[in-house]
Amino acid sequence: MSEADDIAAFRYGYGLPLPEGAPRGAAELLNALAGPDTGQALFPAPATPELLALHETAVKARADVRKGTATRKEFRKHLKRVEREAEAFSRRTFARALASPDGFRERLAWFWADHFTTVARLREHVVLTGDLAERAVRPHLAGRFTDMLLAADLHPAMLLYLDQSSSIGPGSAFGQRKGRGLNENLAREAIELHTLGVGAGYAQDDVRQLAELLTGLGFKPGAGLVFYPRRAEPGAEEVLGQSYDGEGMAPVRRVLEDLAHHPETARHLSRKLATHFLTDTPDPDLIERMAAAYLAHDTALLPVYEVMLSDPSAFAAPRQKARQPVEFIIGSLRALEVTPEQVMTMPAKRFADLLIAPMRLMGQEWGRPIGPDGWAEEAAVWITPQGLGARIAWAMDTPDRLGRAEGADPRGFVLRALGSLAPEMLRIAVARSESTRDGLGLVLASPEFNRR
Amino acid sequence: MRDVTRRLFLRGGLAAACSAAAHPLLTTMTFAQGAAQLGENRLIVVILRGAMDGLDAVQPVGDPLFARLRPKLGSGAGVLPLDGLFGLHPAMAGLLPLWSAGELAFVHATSTPYRDKRSHFDGQDILEAGTGLDVPVPEVRDGWLNRMLQAVPGLSAETAYAVGREALPLLAGAAEVRRWTPEVTLTLSAQSRLLLEQVYHDDALFRDAGGAAMDLAAELGGGGMGADMQTPGRYADTEMLARFAADRLRGETRIAAFSLSGWDTHRRQGTALPQQLQGLERLILTLRAQMGSTWDRTMLLAMTEFGRTVAENGSDGTDHGTGGAMLMAGGALKGGRIYGRWPGLAEEALYERRDLMPTSDVRGWAAWAMRGLYGLDRRVLEQAVFPGLDMGDDPGFLR
Repeated sequence: MSEADDIAAFRYGYGLPLPEGAPRGAAELLNALAGPDTGQALFPAPATPELLALHETAVKARADVRKGTATRKEFRKHLKRVEREAEAFSRRTFARALASPDGFRERLAWFWADHFTTVARLREHVVLTGDLAERAVRPHLAGRFTDMLLAADLHPAMLLYLDQSSSIGPGSAFGQRKGRGLNENLAREAIELHTLGVGAGYAQDDVRQLAELLTGLGFKPGAGLVFYPRRAEPGAEEVLGQSYDGEGMAPVRRVLEDLAHHPETARHLSRKLATHFLTDTPDPDLIERMAAAYLAHDTALLPVYEVMLSDPSAFAAPRQKARQPVEFIIGSLRALEVTPEQVMTMPAKRFADLLIAPMRLMGQEWGRPIGPDGWAEEAAVWITPQGLGARIAWAMDTPDRLGRAEGADPRGFVLRALGSLAPEMLRIAVARSESTRDGLGLVLASPEFNRR
Repeated sequence: MRDVTRRLFLRGGLAAACSAAAHPLLTTMTFAQGAAQLGENRLIVVILRGAMDGLDAVQPVGDPLFARLRPKLGSGAGVLPLDGLFGLHPAMAGLLPLWSAGELAFVHATSTPYRDKRSHFDGQDILEAGTGLDVPVPEVRDGWLNRMLQAVPGLSAETAYAVGREALPLLAGAAEVRRWTPEVTLTLSAQSRLLLEQVYHDDALFRDAGGAAMDLAAELGGGGMGADMQTPGRYADTEMLARFAADRLRGETRIAAFSLSGWDTHRRQGTALPQQLQGLERLILTLRAQMGSTWDRTMLLAMTEFGRTVAENGSDGTDHGTGGAMLMAGGALKGGRIYGRWPGLAEEALYERRDLMPTSDVRGWAAWAMRGLYGLDRRVLEQAVFPGLDMGDDPGFLR
């Protein structure tokens, strides 16, 4: 494989060796994205109603404990079922990344789920956050951003995480009677994180008006998104100079569509994409070109990716970014030839101890970014003494614990894991290591394996 | 996290009024005396995750209502008298000498501004963000202890350590801090270390981070932690964290933060809580023993997201409440007393007729500690570190 292909494997996928049938080069990567979702087909997730029902039983059990009509033991039983389902979401993330030839789609799924970060506030919410990534993000990551925005910001996990379900129009019938009012959380993040971006041309009043416009949106356990007209603030609202009026969901959809089509949104999303995939300091000219493609194609994302992948820097060294811990671990499993089936079937404790828990020491606690802005991009945030120390420790110990060290040849491993990206210095160092364990660990802990 | 000042700036209404004022302070304000360093005093903050039951840790045994509300947990058996009203849970008997020496105190009936929903995640978010209720929970991405560091120019990363495996939003933010957990156990042969150093040589980011990681791991794995280190099961982790922190605090480090989990005692609190309290006791005693004379210039604050219900529940535990207790320790403390106004346990004195009524804001105590230890300007504390806080009068708990 050429150096460009090897770089692409790290930059737009989960590393080497590439699965059979993996696309090479910009055109093939884009073609694969335009096709069906292979990862999802290989390891399908439960349908939304099933997850909503599971969530509802846990919510009811929690309420029953409060009322004294159920024991905490019963509640814990329901929570366990929720958590088993949540664990399945985690396993699928790994398995799809390992199995699917369409690695770019898996990386984009992570990127966009992070763009629409939700964190489970209560333990039973965790199946909903999984569903958001599955049903609001994945179907749209090669489609229009408008559709992804509508699906994600109106998803139960988002309504709960950003308090929309408790935001009440102060002038609404419900608000008047109960003395309840606005919660601006979703309105703020919809503008600041999901669309225009912080620092774009909007004012506090736009946030407030959008918050009023979003009132009425609620979440009902078992049912999902519900619109409560009696909680909606009466009258028209003005967001970014545009007036929105009307009944029910129509004005909510209109304002989100308009936000998606805003030129600042085009720039914000383009900058985020280029920052995630290319460099922490992307070329402003590239951003403008990506943003222009976005606006020219009714917020379609494929043309935006196409501009990014056509940039001269897209398949070229240097690799300036650091792989996030999740990529580091999945990439290691791939290099060690751990199969997706093994990940799906390994005992729960082993899965947790070997693959999930170590990410916390590396700075990426599974499912728990600190805020709705998701995980950090800068390499220096990840490659800290503790973060790198934890990667080195994992690299030295885990191949053996996964049964991959015995009989392995580190000199072959360095080539399989890095291809043409293995520098001579590293190959010499691997040959000089005292044991197979140390040799494999050296490869996985190397800068070349941890950068993309 | 970088965006927080801008985010505060953008916010409307009351919050914006104070935050907009806070914004320039973050970049220009320094110490009252303009000192570029934190001096010699040490501040240790311990976050007790899961909501410690303050009423069990420091029991109002002198209040006749207490035994009635807590027929099982409040029997008073073995409780160590502190003053006329309060007694210490026997699991912390090892801290009595500190009480006598004036190196231990408690604040009772204190809480963050968080009310009503009683969610651990939200409660901890507010506790660590140091915000009031005017700021939506997930909105502030840096912690108050980091904002305190931001107010002091010229500090090195070594100044503050987040210790332990868990994320510590309390210290997250723009000011550079170190984080390390002794759980990262790197057992590298000399040859492996040498090879890693060669492999990292040409990549400055990896060279610096990797070098620091290997130094720390070697120090912890080798003689630094001492052959005298016992590892008695349950508290080995806590002791390891304490030793590591003490080691740093004897050196350049001025601020350290930990978290201890496991305080959510909904059931069988009589078994679960003593283990937690003993862990906390071990943490404090280890720090004190290992810090040597540095302990004399140290203030430790152990705080939790909220208290627990005044009455015990049906499964021999307690549920999420409101007002709780904070523990203070250290040689810099004027201890041997219970701080805070005690609201009483009468039903009409309770918050929503179920929880201990908070009579002080946890942030106020932390703010006075930082003012006392480091001479930080009151405006910095009330506007930048804890936006919107009114510190009130000096409670005078430092020596």
